[in-house]
Amino acid sequence: MSKKTLVEATINGEAVEFLCEPRQSLLETLRDVLELTGSKEGCLTGDCGACTVLVDGRAVCSCLMLGVEAQGKNIATVEGLAVNGALNALQTKFLEHASLQCGICTPGFLISAKALLDRNPKPTEAEVRYALAGNLCRCTGYDKIVKAVLDAAADLRSQGERSAAAR
Amino acid sequence: MHAITYEAPTTLDQAVSILKTHGENARPLCGGTDILIQLRAGLRRTEHLVDVKKIKELQALSFDAKKGLRLGAAVSCIEISESELMRRHYPGLTEAAHLIGSLQIQNRASVGGNLCNGSPAADTTPALIALGARARIAGPGGEREVPVESFCVSPGRTVLKPGELLVDLLIPAPAPHSSDAYLRFIPRNEMDIAVVGVGASVTLDGDKVKAARIGLGAVAATPLLGAKAAEEIIGKKLDDAALDAAGRAASEVCKPIDDMRGTIDFRIHVTGVLTRRALAIAAERAKKS
Repeated sequence: MSKKTLVEATINGEAVEFLCEPRQSLLETLRDVLELTGSKEGCLTGDCGACTVLVDGRAVCSCLMLGVEAQGKNIATVEGLAVNGALNALQTKFLEHASLQCGICTPGFLISAKALLDRNPKPTEAEVRYALAGNLCRCTGYDKIVKAVLDAAADLRSQGERSAAAR
Repeated sequence: MHAITYEAPTTLDQAVSILKTHGENARPLCGGTDILIQLRAGLRRTEHLVDVKKIKELQALSFDAKKGLRLGAAVSCIEISESELMRRHYPGLTEAAHLIGSLQIQNRASVGGNLCNGSPAADTTPALIALGARARIAGPGGEREVPVESFCVSPGRTVLKPGELLVDLLIPAPAPHSSDAYLRFIPRNEMDIAVVGVGASVTLDGDKVKAARIGLGAVAATPLLGAKAAEEIIGKKLDDAALDAAGRAASEVCKPIDDMRGTIDFRIHVTGVLTRRALAIAAERAKKS
């Protein structure tokens, strides 16, 4: 057992301090140290995307980053999507479109989709498929996931228009 | 994974000193997309990871119309493909960086790391070779520069000695009427390891080729410079006959392996095809530049 390191990061908007071993991945740290088990372990080789989190707004495989590398970073996980129990538009649309079956890949898809919509509020279907290409799903065949993301994007745009009109 | 230590120096001197102290047991950590997998699989025995992402020189991405490009070893693939400057001046290297893995990988992986990983099938290495890139290395004995085609020595091994690290890649400014291209063959649309990868750069003088360089990936134990293939077109019009001759010369230097991704014969054949196509694309771009 090697010495543990103190890491300070922002996780889902909250300043967090935690101890981890240098060999522990960010994924292990989130799941085993911080008990944020939403991010899933699939392949541990960066191929499946089930462990995708946002680091300073960029989607990364948390299995391919060390917990100690989170020092000073802003991390967003699936746990931070719902606000006060209200699901975000992506989560709602995944449910409406039945975009999940076993659910293991879903947190990663939600985070990759969020990374896309944060940068590109009006993606084409091709852009959605490209943005989700690093996330594997063996149940749904992807179509329902893509539709949910396009639908969530449309929903978020109309919400944006309504709140702009209200101002 | 076995126990490791982690340090994140902020200067080159500190990094060299830490790397020197631990010698063979230390390795720089950049995006981690190769090394963490290799450590977990027991393919490398590194005990000390030295995170080099906080070192200013390794994050540089600067272009000068005379001096060319200084590409810090830790600059991520996504920063390259989102850079207007890179797309305009080095479209071939940019497309190579843009087709490594998924967005999750591109957000972490760097061109410098791709080179230091030493894979014969690295996508950005043939593109760097085509551009005449030089690797600037810092170490206990000072700095040295190595042409990228001489950087890899065998699969997974490079010229880096214990204590040394790659600082940046120095790429000449594009000459007038020049451009580059990178093509790879994989049996699907995205996200696979190159069966063959070819980078090409072409400088035109009227309708003739003034200068050209070709980098070949996944067809030998290390990425190769296709010097003879380039000679076949220099001083000539880039017509079908010249492109065919370049393709044949590129195929001739290949010493590929048979594996699940492709047979020897297939790789040799595809090298010729991709060489012709990459040269033609680079020349088309050069006409417009």
